[in-house]
Amino acid sequence: MSFEVVVEYFPRLLEGVKTTIELVVVSGLIGSMLALPIGLARHSHRWWLSAIPYAYIFFFRGTPLLVQIFLVYYGLAQFDAVRESAFWPYLREPYWCAIIAFSLNTAAYTAEILRGALAAIPRGEIEAAKTIGMRQPVLYRRIMLPRAFGMILPAYGNEVILMLKGSALASTITLLDITGTARTIIARTYTPIEIFLAAGGLYLLISMVIILAFRQLERRHNRHLQPINR
Amino acid sequence: MFDMRGFGDQLWAGTLITIELAMASLLLGLLLGLLGATARLSGNPVARAISTGYTTVIRGIPELLTVLIIYFGATTALMSIASLFGYDEYIEVGPFAAGVIALGLTFGAYASEVFRGAIIAIPAGQREAGLVIGMSNFKIFWRITLPQLWRLALPGLGNLFLVLLKDTALVSVVGLSDIMLKTRDAVSYTKEPFLFYMAAACIYLSLTIISMVFIHFMEKRNNRWVGRA
Repeated sequence: MSFEVVVEYFPRLLEGVKTTIELVVVSGLIGSMLALPIGLARHSHRWWLSAIPYAYIFFFRGTPLLVQIFLVYYGLAQFDAVRESAFWPYLREPYWCAIIAFSLNTAAYTAEILRGALAAIPRGEIEAAKTIGMRQPVLYRRIMLPRAFGMILPAYGNEVILMLKGSALASTITLLDITGTARTIIARTYTPIEIFLAAGGLYLLISMVIILAFRQLERRHNRHLQPINR
Repeated sequence: MFDMRGFGDQLWAGTLITIELAMASLLLGLLLGLLGATARLSGNPVARAISTGYTTVIRGIPELLTVLIIYFGATTALMSIASLFGYDEYIEVGPFAAGVIALGLTFGAYASEVFRGAIIAIPAGQREAGLVIGMSNFKIFWRITLPQLWRLALPGLGNLFLVLLKDTALVSVVGLSDIMLKTRDAVSYTKEPFLFYMAAACIYLSLTIISMVFIHFMEKRNNRWVGRA
């Protein structure tokens, strides 16, 4: 093994890091925005309101992310209506297809996490809020969502790491994220082990940053739950 | 049902390969998970460090990358070892073997955490009781820990298996003729990507549902003597 090749191509890999982070951040933002209404509807005990989110979550959690990416990237082009629509310039681009697939995917997982948190809020807190006359919108805005947010954080941190790892699949539709860049470098240098290991190291580094960031966020948001240590 | 344009048999063949891959990886993964958990809980600092390093690294890098590293790396590694012994022919680690190793390693890393939690959940008094009547460490593991481990670890392992099932799709990237690759063949012939990728999604969904039902029954069977007065 020769690691000069890693040094030589390291700047290229760093460009891949940029794409990977971009994919994770953009689809994470879109995904969490989608997850909020889906999770709330899923939490509802009206069956007609929770049925569609249930099916949505079940489909996206029950099928491989790779299938979902291919469905968006290759699948949608089958329909003339899609190809003639105003969205085609976007749907033609692998970048936007990856964003769409990742967003829909993470929305399903995040909505399920949100549902679990909403269900786990102690009953007494909700009853107390109702007793002092809070209506549904205020109850959600002031009590349930902030409370659920604190409970979500550890699980959502895991979901972001899963998303980071899932983003490697963008390389299968020609995007040059870390994995994609690594594969193009290898096609030229034919040093798969060195370059892939370097790519793996970069992913490890990013996941550690994510873990630390979420630990910080969690400590901040749940500071009222911690013992006073002064 | 769908009109599969005559590709039904091909998809079925792919499904069988996916199931075989999942089962083989599950076996390897369970073994690695048990090894990892016992190493992590052992008094040996070297074993503990190796186990911690293994779970941290595998869980921090994408499964796709693991598959690629094993597929390309195993061939090179085996050939360089073989050349030490004067064997210079081309040795190839096929996509199936590489997939089993990669997915087994991934499953094992997560499973070792599940097993570790389960082992810790067994009251220490049971182990001490074993020591008192003079059982060896191995005997305690075999007769006291292991039989209870299964029941405690099953819910976690069930979830991991569902993840593993979906991860099998990644091995198509290195050329295993599983559901994904058979679907790609069908797509390139019929030019109907949406239909066929949707069919692939339905196959995976069915496999997931079947596994969920199966796991549910195993959990029920496992807990048949628990919580009954």
